Amino acid sequence: MSLTFKKETFRDDFSFRNSPASIRRFPFPFNEDKYMYAVNMEPHVPAGPPNHSYNKLIDVDEHFVAEMEDRAKVLKEDPLRYQALPHMMTAQWDTLELLMEQQAQGFPEHFSLDRDGDRWHWINRPMGIDRHFVFGDATTLPCEPFEFITRQAQGDFCIVDQRDGNLWMDAGMVTTQADWSLDFDVGMNFMEWHGPVPLAHQLGVFERALKFLLNLQQSKPVRRLNWTMTINPRLDTSPENYHKWGPDRATVTPENVGDKVHLRCELQSLWRLPRSNAILFVIRCYLIKMEELVTISKWARRFHRVLRDLPPELIDYKGLTRYRPVTVEWLSKFDDGAPTSPGIFPD
Amino acid sequence: MTVNTDMSVRVAAITQVADKVKRFRLVREDGQPMPVFSGGSHIVVGMREGAVLRRNPYSLMSAPGDTSGFEISVLRVEKSRGGSAFLHEKVKPGDRLTVSQPLNLFPVDQRGRKHLLMAGGIGITPFMAMMDQLDRNNRAFELHYAVRTRGHGAYWRELQGRYGEQRVKVYCDEENLFIPTQAILANQPLGTHLYVCGPAGMINGVLGQARGLGWPAQNLHAEEFLAPPLGKPFKAVLAKSGKTIEVAAHQSILEAAEAAGIDAPYLCRGGACGQCETNVTACTGTIEHNDHFLEPQDKASGRKIMICVSRIDGSQITLDL
Amino acid sequence: MLVQGIKSRPVYSGIKADPNAVRHLFVLEGEGALALLDQAATLGQDIRSKTEVLYASTGSKPREHGQKLAALDFHDYWEAPSVAVLLNRFGVMLGTAKMGIRIYISGTEGFIGQAVQMAIDHGIDHNSLMTEHRGSEARRVQCVHCKGITDNVRTSPFTCSHCGLPLLVRDHYSHRIGAFQGVNVDAEAPGTAPPPEELFP
Repeated sequence: MSLTFKKETFRDDFSFRNSPASIRRFPFPFNEDKYMYAVNMEPHVPAGPPNHSYNKLIDVDEHFVAEMEDRAKVLKEDPLRYQALPHMMTAQWDTLELLMEQQAQGFPEHFSLDRDGDRWHWINRPMGIDRHFVFGDATTLPCEPFEFITRQAQGDFCIVDQRDGNLWMDAGMVTTQADWSLDFDVGMNFMEWHGPVPLAHQLGVFERALKFLLNLQQSKPVRRLNWTMTINPRLDTSPENYHKWGPDRATVTPENVGDKVHLRCELQSLWRLPRSNAILFVIRCYLIKMEELVTISKWARRFHRVLRDLPPELIDYKGLTRYRPVTVEWLSKFDDGAPTSPGIFPD
Repeated sequence: MTVNTDMSVRVAAITQVADKVKRFRLVREDGQPMPVFSGGSHIVVGMREGAVLRRNPYSLMSAPGDTSGFEISVLRVEKSRGGSAFLHEKVKPGDRLTVSQPLNLFPVDQRGRKHLLMAGGIGITPFMAMMDQLDRNNRAFELHYAVRTRGHGAYWRELQGRYGEQRVKVYCDEENLFIPTQAILANQPLGTHLYVCGPAGMINGVLGQARGLGWPAQNLHAEEFLAPPLGKPFKAVLAKSGKTIEVAAHQSILEAAEAAGIDAPYLCRGGACGQCETNVTACTGTIEHNDHFLEPQDKASGRKIMICVSRIDGSQITLDL
Repeated sequence: MLVQGIKSRPVYSGIKADPNAVRHLFVLEGEGALALLDQAATLGQDIRSKTEVLYASTGSKPREHGQKLAALDFHDYWEAPSVAVLLNRFGVMLGTAKMGIRIYISGTEGFIGQAVQMAIDHGIDHNSLMTEHRGSEARRVQCVHCKGITDNVRTSPFTCSHCGLPLLVRDHYSHRIGAFQGVNVDAEAPGTAPPPEELFP
C-alpha cells in the first residue's frame, strides 16, 4: 500500500492530526484496564490486523516526512541531540544496514536498496534522497552513517554497547523523547540511565530486563510498549527545552482536553547488531489526541480506567499531575463501565 | 512464543589443517547468505547420528563479513563425548547439519587502544575472525600464539603471511619457545585489552600474571572451551515436565532432557551465558559446578545449576524444569 | 525532598593501594589529601617508592596537607596551583603511561568527576579507578538547558551561573560529564520557584 505523507507540524501551530486509518493502527499500550511496570517483552515479529503499526518491524507511516522535517529542525537548534562515542563506528554501520534493509523490504514503493558488494545505492523517495556510497567507508556519506540513516527513519535510536555484563548507551539520535537527555545520559550503563524511574527498581524490573537483553540473539528482535502523555502534539519534549514546553501543561481546560491532551506511546524494539555485538534500541513515538483515541470505544473505556487508577509515583514521574484530573473527568463520559476485550487491538 | 532461527547447512569442504585438526566449511542449504557476525562469536552445530542429536559449540573462524559460508575448526579430542569424533570420522562433504545464529560471549572491547591476543592450540579459532575484523577496522593488535609442534599448530603460517611477523608471533613447545608473558605484559600502552583463549591452565596462568602486574579486571578477557565433562550416571527428576530421566556418564543434563523430548532453554552450551540456569529443589549427592556463570554463593547454595555443563556425583537431582 | 538511593551516582568505595600495581598515581584535591595521609603509615617502602602524587590544595590550603604530603618519601610529589593545572599535567602523564599503573582519585565529587573523565579519555575503564569522596558535599551541576556547569552548588533550587534559570538539582549523575543534572524548577508556572534550601553543605 502506498502511503500519502501529510504536511503538518509538531510545534508552533501544531497541525498534526491522525487520519482515521492512522488511528486504527495506533499501538495502544494497555492490554488490560490497569498499568504497572513489567518486563513486558515479546518477540518482535509481524503481528496485528492489516496495516497495523505492528505489521512491519520498522514502521513508516503518514507522518514520516513531517517527522523528519521536525528532526532536522531540532538538530539545527541543538546538535547535541545526536552523539556517538568513537568506539561505536562498527555499530553505526550495523544500524544503517538494518534500517535500510527493513525500510526497503517493508515499503518498497518508497525506499530501495541495491547492493553490489560494498557499493550500495539507497533511494528514499519521500525525501528525494538518492545516494551511492561505499559500505564501511564513512567518507562516502555526508555525515556519520548513524546520523545519515536516522535522519531518514522515524523514532529515536540508541545504540548500546555490551561489555562487563552490562549495557552502555554509547550512541544516540534522540529528538522525540519523553523528557530524558541523551547528552547527559551518553556513556551510562543500563541501571544508571534508568536511575530516575520510580518503583521499577524495587520491583526488580531492570535486573530481569538486563539479564534478558544480555542474551538477546541475532535475528530475534524483541519489543515492548511504554507510554506517557504530552500536551499538544509535540515530538520534542526534551528536558533541554522543558522551560519552553513545560508551560503547556498549565493550559489544559475541560473544553480543550480532546484536542490538547495526547497519549504518547513508545513502541520499543531491540535488535542484536551483528558486526559490533551491540544492541540497537529503537524508541518509536506515536501520538494520539484524546478526541481521536475515544473514537475506539474499547480504548476510551480502558484508558479512562488506567489513568484514574494510576499509582501516585507514576503520576509524578510522568509529569501528569496538573492535567490528570481534568482528563480523567473528560474521559469518564466515554466509559459506560462495560467490560473490555483482552489485548491491545481495536475490537 | 519461541522463534527458531537455526539454519540448515551442507558441509561444502573438509580440510585437514594440522594433526587432529579439521576445518569444516558450511553453506546454507536454502542458498541464502549467512548472517554476518562479530569476531569472537560461536555457533552451536547440531549433528544427527541415527536417533542421537548432538549439539556442540564451535568458534567461528571465517571472516565475519563473508556471507558465503561459515568455517569452524574441530580438534579431535581423546576423551570425546562423541561430537568431535563424529565430525572427524563420520561427516563427509555434502552431509547436512544445522547451525544456530552466531552468539558472542568473547567480544572485543571496542574502546581498546590496542588488542593483545594470546592463543594456545585450537584456541586460535576465535582470534582468526577477530583479527580479520580488527585489521579491516584499522585497529592495533598483536597475536602471540603457542603451539605444541609446528605440525600441531593450525594456521600460523597463513596468519604470519597475512598480518606479518611483527603482529603474529609463534612459540613452539618443541623448540623450547614459550610466550614471554611477563615481558609482553609489562610494556603495554594504557588502554590495552588482553584476550586469552586456550586450555584452562594457560588462561589461568596468563590472567594471573596480568593481575600480578596491576592490570585491572576490566581489561582482561578469556574464553575457555568447556565441553561438558564426563562423570557418573544419575537420575534427574524434572518437576515441571513430570518426567524422570537417566543422565548417562557421557551426557549432560541438558542433552538427556532434550533426548527425552523436553525443550529446555540454552544458548552457548559451554557454561558461560546463563541461559540454562535451572533451580534445584532437591539433590541426593554433590553438585559438580563446571560453569563460569554462577556466582560462588549461588554455587555454594546448591539451589542453582547450569544444566549444559554441570552434573552431580550422587543418585538423584530434582529440577524446576 | 530529594529521593534517596541515586542509581546513576557513582559509588566512591575508597582508596586502597593495590599491591600488584607497578606504579601508583594519586590525584588529590583539597581534603582528598587525607585519603592518602590517613593510610600513609600503612604503606610499605615498596609502595611509597612507586608512588607519585599530584595535589591541588584549593580551599584546604590553610590546613597545610600539602606540606605533610611533601614530607613523606614518595617517589614524586607535585603541588599544582589550581585544579585546571593539575588536570592538565594528569592528562599528559596518562598519555605516556603503561598498563600496570593504578590511579587513585580523591577530593570533592566535582573534582573526582573531572579527573575520572580525563582518565576515560585516555582509554581507562572508569570502574578500574579507585575513588574516595572527601570534603564538601557541594555538587557540580550541569544545566540541562544551556549545558553550562556550575561548581560548588550547595542549594536546590539554585540559579544557573550561565543562563540564569532557577534549577532544581536532580538526583541524576553523569560520570562522563562529572556532574548532576539541573532542570528548570518553575517551567510549568514561571516565577513560582520555591526558595533555595541548603541541601549539600
